[in-house]
Amino acid sequence: MSDPLLPPDFAELEPYAASWCLATEPERWAQRLRSSMDELQAFYDACFPRAEEAIADCDRFPLDALPGEAERLLQLLHSLLMVSYAVEVWRQPEVIHCGSARIDRVLEPRP
Amino acid sequence: MARFPKPAEGTWTEHYPELGTEPVSFEDSISPAFYAQEREGIFKRAWLNVGRIEELPRNGSYFTKQLPGVRASIVVSRDLEGRVRAFHNVCRHRGNRLLWEGTPHGEAAGNARQFVCRYHGWRYGLDGACSYVHQPGEFFGLRKHELGLAPVHCDTWAGFVFVNLDREPRQTLREYLGPMVGALEGYPFHEMTERYSFRAENDSNWKVFIDAFQEYYHVPPLHTHQLGPTPEARNPEYEFEAAHYQLDGPHRMVSTSGTYKHGWPTKHLYPSEALTRSGNTGPWDAPDLGGRLPGVNPSGITRWGIDNFQVFPNLEILIYERGWYVTYRYWPTSHNTHVFEGDLHFVPARNARERLAHEYAALTFKEYALQDAGTLDGTQLGLEQRAFRDFPLNDQEILVRHFHKTVADWVDAYAREHAQETTR
Repeated sequence: MSDPLLPPDFAELEPYAASWCLATEPERWAQRLRSSMDELQAFYDACFPRAEEAIADCDRFPLDALPGEAERLLQLLHSLLMVSYAVEVWRQPEVIHCGSARIDRVLEPRP
Repeated sequence: MARFPKPAEGTWTEHYPELGTEPVSFEDSISPAFYAQEREGIFKRAWLNVGRIEELPRNGSYFTKQLPGVRASIVVSRDLEGRVRAFHNVCRHRGNRLLWEGTPHGEAAGNARQFVCRYHGWRYGLDGACSYVHQPGEFFGLRKHELGLAPVHCDTWAGFVFVNLDREPRQTLREYLGPMVGALEGYPFHEMTERYSFRAENDSNWKVFIDAFQEYYHVPPLHTHQLGPTPEARNPEYEFEAAHYQLDGPHRMVSTSGTYKHGWPTKHLYPSEALTRSGNTGPWDAPDLGGRLPGVNPSGITRWGIDNFQVFPNLEILIYERGWYVTYRYWPTSHNTHVFEGDLHFVPARNARERLAHEYAALTFKEYALQDAGTLDGTQLGLEQRAFRDFPLNDQEILVRHFHKTVADWVDAYAREHAQETTR
């Protein structure tokens, strides 16, 4: 068993950490598009009920000084929102009616 | 029954009689010959927004900006005296593109005391003056002080950096922007320094793309999901009306009344909207921007939601009631392709909760903009089929009508002057 990536209180989300603790939107977008709806739904179902607590946990620290575990938890929350569009809105990984269009996020704040 | 009063003439369009009410041709969006005239008559004459002052944080800061419509790259710098300047990004010696990263098509940015050409090592100060020539004795009658970078007219307004490629701009930047856009001068753009930037290469004419972002008539049918998860919220038959339209010279704006999702019952919200308290119209919890915001909501509508300023030719500034703003820029690369740039600007997040509210707004922007981008590739294909000569535009599409008329006026003016020049 490798070292945990998330704070101990969120150990139940550890199975999703390796796939979804991603620092940038392009990585999260690509991960959403290469996942099946079953995978996206499983991650969403596990993560969403803990999201409010997870946000509060991250906010025990200043945003610019998050310890590694909290920073990865915040990345997981970013991924939850990325996945939420597939689960809550489109019911498929891709945007409905987007054709072959793509829009790249080229700059974003961190973390 | 109109929800918002229209002008005395009965419609917004007839309030501006020069617009007419006839069907409109979109030949200007599918013709390579017209595109060639636009490049000369519009993009080499109008003031063009190339960035924000925050991208030049200190003396010696610089960034490059490619203007594909005019096959140019510009370097914008804040010189060692603090003055913002712009130059053609071209070495005076042998015409090499001076600054780039990755490939000559890549943008460069950073901080420097001088610019160095990688080809033969010539150097320039941030004021554009040539400061070093390698082996000057080998040249013939070299006058170094005449060998600076080629300056480009540059000015700033409300922190927006503009350039003008004309030999002598016909108007100063402030004259050009006029009273309607100019009234935004005191808006606290400078406080909204947290930026999410997007870039897309679209298979449509730049005006076809702009047209979708200057009318909201398409929102209920195309962006049905945007409205909410329930049938009551998601009504594609919903009839959209903007509260206010205004034209000022080549520029135009529309104010909408807000959907104010923060007041909706939870059942009509997506779970992630309720979680993040954010969404399509931005974070629900607005930053404190102080008192009255200059220039916004010019008609004083109640339940004001968004101001959409279309600054001719290719800058859109969207100001949201919840205290954030978005800019769109559209750079033609051919008669049926363009580069789209979207930038979302927030007062910097103070904690993870605010950061996630910004992130959800940024996600929402991309999800729905992809619907526009995908659809508009199809619009371009449809227009190029030339099945119809012209197209009916309704009163909620007044800005589309005004835009195409303005483009035609500028191209006509250029063609007339050009004809006079060549017959002289």
